[in-house]
Amino acid sequence: MLRRTFLKGSLATGTVAVAVSAGLLSPRLVLAAWPKAAFEAKSVQAGLSSLLGSDTTTPSTDINIKAPDIAENGAVVPVTVSTGLSGVESIAVFVEKNTSPLAGNFLLGERAKGYVSTRLKMRKTSNVIAVVKSGGKLLSARKEVKVTIGGCGG
Amino acid sequence: MAKTIRIRAKAKGDTTTVKALITHPMETGQRKNKKTGKKIPAHFIQEVVCKHNGATVMTAQWGPAISKNPYLSFQFTGGKAGDTIELSWVDNKGQSDSASVKVR
Repeated sequence: MLRRTFLKGSLATGTVAVAVSAGLLSPRLVLAAWPKAAFEAKSVQAGLSSLLGSDTTTPSTDINIKAPDIAENGAVVPVTVSTGLSGVESIAVFVEKNTSPLAGNFLLGERAKGYVSTRLKMRKTSNVIAVVKSGGKLLSARKEVKVTIGGCGG
Repeated sequence: MAKTIRIRAKAKGDTTTVKALITHPMETGQRKNKKTGKKIPAHFIQEVVCKHNGATVMTAQWGPAISKNPYLSFQFTGGKAGDTIELSWVDNKGQSDSASVKVR
């Protein structure tokens, strides 16, 4: 049974992929909520205002970014953002010198804690900026990560 | 698609920590195929939704700057052992997968 569903699944995704490559189906239409403009913005400011409606953030000491000081491989940079603030609505992570700085935006539900951890690609040595939206305010923290081998392109 | 999600959730006191590993190429659309010189088309996860007992606790919107085979971890309160955590993702080509696990 499992093999059957597997076959069906791969067939279905296969047709979708064909439709996408033929240009019949724009992949952007599938997800309406995905903030395309913010992810394609070329600067942190543009990404911020597109994503959160404002590009002014207040530096905060309550946000903690855990990332290596020196990352040997820019393709995999583990980054953890944690904050003790309450009422955190979202955490956005930017890599300042990437072609498109916005790496990810985490929308946190009511019960989620101000903590996310993931791995990022970094093109070169740059600041990692975390922007926390809490109670309508934008708070930010940054940390520099030195990259020896870039992780975008090759 | 074969199984792409490995997920674990563990409750400690009031806090439940969810850790997930997804198998995905996460192509940025900027890399070039060295032989043909053509750009490899972008192929990355755009949205990850995580639900606890059917209620969404976290939604991640991702760009191509998230590493290949992404790792994701977050915490929430109110979970207990035996609860169901469901995680699903959708990428820019419309592919998707989901998996669920019981909180330990």
